[in-house]
Amino acid sequence: MTVGGRADGRPMVFAHGFGCDQNMWRLVTPAFADDHRLVLFDHVGAGGSALTAWDPERYATLEGYARDVVEICEELDLTDAVLVGHSVGASICVLAAAQAPSRIGALVLVGPSPRYIDDPPYRGGFSEADIEELLESLDSNYLGWSGAMAPVIMGNPERPELAAELTNSFCRTDPEIARHFARVTFTADNRDDLGRVDLPTLVLQCRDDAIAPPEVGTYVHRSVPGSTLVVLDATGHCPQLSAPDQVITAIRGFLPPAAPGTT
Amino acid sequence: MTADDGGSAELADLLEETAEDLYEHAPCGYLSTLPDGRIVKINATLLGWLGRRPDEVIGQRRFSDLLSVGGRIYHETHFAPLLRMQGEVRAVALDMVAADGRRLPVLVNSVLTTDPHGAPLLVRTSVFDAADRRAYEQELLRARRAAEHERERLQHLATTLQRTLLPPALPRVPGLDAAAYYHSAAPEEIGGDFYDLFPLDQERWGFFLGDVCGKGPEAAVATSLMRYTLRATAVYDSDPVSVLAALDAGLRRQRDGGEQGWCTIVFGVLVPDGVGFRVTLASGGHPPALATRGDGVVEALETTGGQPVGLLAAPRFVATSAVLAPGDGLVLYTDGLTEARRPDGSMVDETLPDLVAGLGHLDAHGLVDALAAFLTDLGRGLSDDAAVLAVSVPGPSGA
Repeated sequence: MTVGGRADGRPMVFAHGFGCDQNMWRLVTPAFADDHRLVLFDHVGAGGSALTAWDPERYATLEGYARDVVEICEELDLTDAVLVGHSVGASICVLAAAQAPSRIGALVLVGPSPRYIDDPPYRGGFSEADIEELLESLDSNYLGWSGAMAPVIMGNPERPELAAELTNSFCRTDPEIARHFARVTFTADNRDDLGRVDLPTLVLQCRDDAIAPPEVGTYVHRSVPGSTLVVLDATGHCPQLSAPDQVITAIRGFLPPAAPGTT
Repeated sequence: MTADDGGSAELADLLEETAEDLYEHAPCGYLSTLPDGRIVKINATLLGWLGRRPDEVIGQRRFSDLLSVGGRIYHETHFAPLLRMQGEVRAVALDMVAADGRRLPVLVNSVLTTDPHGAPLLVRTSVFDAADRRAYEQELLRARRAAEHERERLQHLATTLQRTLLPPALPRVPGLDAAAYYHSAAPEEIGGDFYDLFPLDQERWGFFLGDVCGKGPEAAVATSLMRYTLRATAVYDSDPVSVLAALDAGLRRQRDGGEQGWCTIVFGVLVPDGVGFRVTLASGGHPPALATRGDGVVEALETTGGQPVGLLAAPRFVATSAVLAPGDGLVLYTDGLTEARRPDGSMVDETLPDLVAGLGHLDAHGLVDALAAFLTDLGRGLSDDAAVLAVSVPGPSGA
C-alpha cells in the first residue's frame, strides 16, 4: 500500500483492475496530490502484495477483494473517501461502498463492466468459451514470461527506476493467483449491485474499448441511479494510461472543488 | 581477376537486396500500428501467414482484431499497459487468427516510439511463428499439471496416513490435563515422530513418545508396529523397562538387519498417588523428559545411558520415577524441538528447560499451545518434525 498526497485532503483510494498493479495510476495520481490524500494498493497476488495473505476461499468472489478495500479504509480511518476503480476494480469499489457506506463518499468507475459474459439481451462482449480461452492464454504466457521478462527489464538502462518497479510488478505476479483472479473477474455478475449504489458516481467509458464496450458503460450509467457518464475520446481499456489528461479533467469536473485552504 | 573476386561479386549481387525487399519478405512478420492500435503498415510475410490482402488490413483493422479473443483480452489487460509503461514488450505468446479461421501461435515483440515529450507515436511489432514452441509449452504445462496433481495426491495420502499413526484426540484422564502437538516440517512426507496416552486398567495410564529413524513409508510401517506392540505389551507387563525390552525384540525381528526401523523412545506409566500421580518411565536413548514444578522450577528427569530400541544386540534401558503433585507437569518431546534454530541461528538444545520455564507456569494445554506457537514462529528454523506430549496435575487452586 502506498499513501501519499496531502495528508489532510479528501482521501482517494485507487483500485487497479485485472492484469497490472497500482502502477496503472501513475499518470493520473500526480494531478490530485496537492489537494487529496492518495491511497494506492495492489490486489492480493499482484505487484508487491503479500502472497501469504492469499486465501482461495476469501477471494472466491469479488466480495473478498472488496473487503480488502474496506479494511484499508478502516486501517487509515478514512471517511468520505473517493473510490476510483478500473475495470474489475470498479466492481470491487461498488461492492466495497455497499460494505462500508459510512466511509465512502463517491465512486469513480473507469471502464467498468458488471458482467463480461453475454446474457441476452444483456451484452457483455464475451462468450464463456472466450473466457476459457483467456485462461489458457494466461497459462502459456506466464510460462513464457517467467524467464523472458527479466532481459526486457535489464535492457532498459536509461530508466532504471522503471525497471525496478516493473520487476516488482509483472515478474512477481503469482500465476496461480492471477489465474484465479481472472476466473473470478470474468465470470462475475454484479449487475444487481449497481442499482443499490447510493453515492455520487462517475462512469468513465472509452469510445473504443475491446474489454468493456460503450454499451456496457451505458448500461452501468443507466443502472446506477443519478450517475454521470463521460465518454472519453480514447481507445483501449486503460484510459488512465492512454488518455490520462481526459481522465483527470473528467474526475476534476465530477468532484466538488476542494474546500478553501486545501488548495 | 581471381576466382575469389568472382565469388565476392556473385555474393555482392546476391546481397543487392533493397531495404523494402528485406522488410516485405523477412522471415518474420512486421507491422506498425498507431497508438490506438490501428494498423498502418504490415509486411508481405505476415499478410501471407494471415491469408489477407493489404487493403483488408491497413487502416481497417487494429492489431488486437487479428488476435484470438483470449489473446485480445490479454493484449488489453497486460500487453498494451506494459508497452505504454516501459516502452517495449518482448516474447509474449499470442494466437493470431488467419482469414480462414486458422490459429497461428506466435511470439510477439513490440517497441513504442515516442516524440521528444514522451507522447506515443507508433508501435513497431515483430511476429515470430511459434507453432513448435507452443506445442512444447503445452507439453510442459501438461507435465507440470500432472506433477502438481501427483504431489497433491501424495500429500493427501501422507497426511491421512500420518493421522492414523497418532491418536485422533487424547483421552480424558481423571485428575490430569493432557495435550499434544505434532509439527510437520514437510507435509508431503510421513514423519517419524509418534506418541500416545492410553488406559492400562481402571486406574493406571500408559504413555509414550518416540522418534523412529527415517521418514516415509518405512517409518510409517515401523511406527505402526511400535504403537500396537507398546499398547499390547503394556497391558500384560507395564514395567517400563520390560515394555521397552519387548518392543526391542519385536523391532529387531521385523528389521531383519535393515537400516531403518529402530527408534528412541520414552515409555512411562502414571498411577494415581493421593492428590497427584506417581510417574515411572524408562528411556531408550531419548532426550530426558522434563518435570515442571508448581514453584516454576523445570527439571530434567535424567535417564542418561539408555540406548536406542531395536538397534543393538543387548540394549540397556534406564528407568526413573517422580511424583507429580498438584501444580506439577511432565513434558515429553522429540529432537525436532531441541534441534530447532532460533532466528539468530542458535539451537534450542540444552536451553529447553529455560525455554519451558520462561513460558510461565502453565497447564499442559497452555504449555503445548505455547510450544506450538514457538515452533510455528520459527518457520524455516525447523528442519525436522517435532512432537510434544504434556500432562499436568491441576494445582490446588484448580489452576
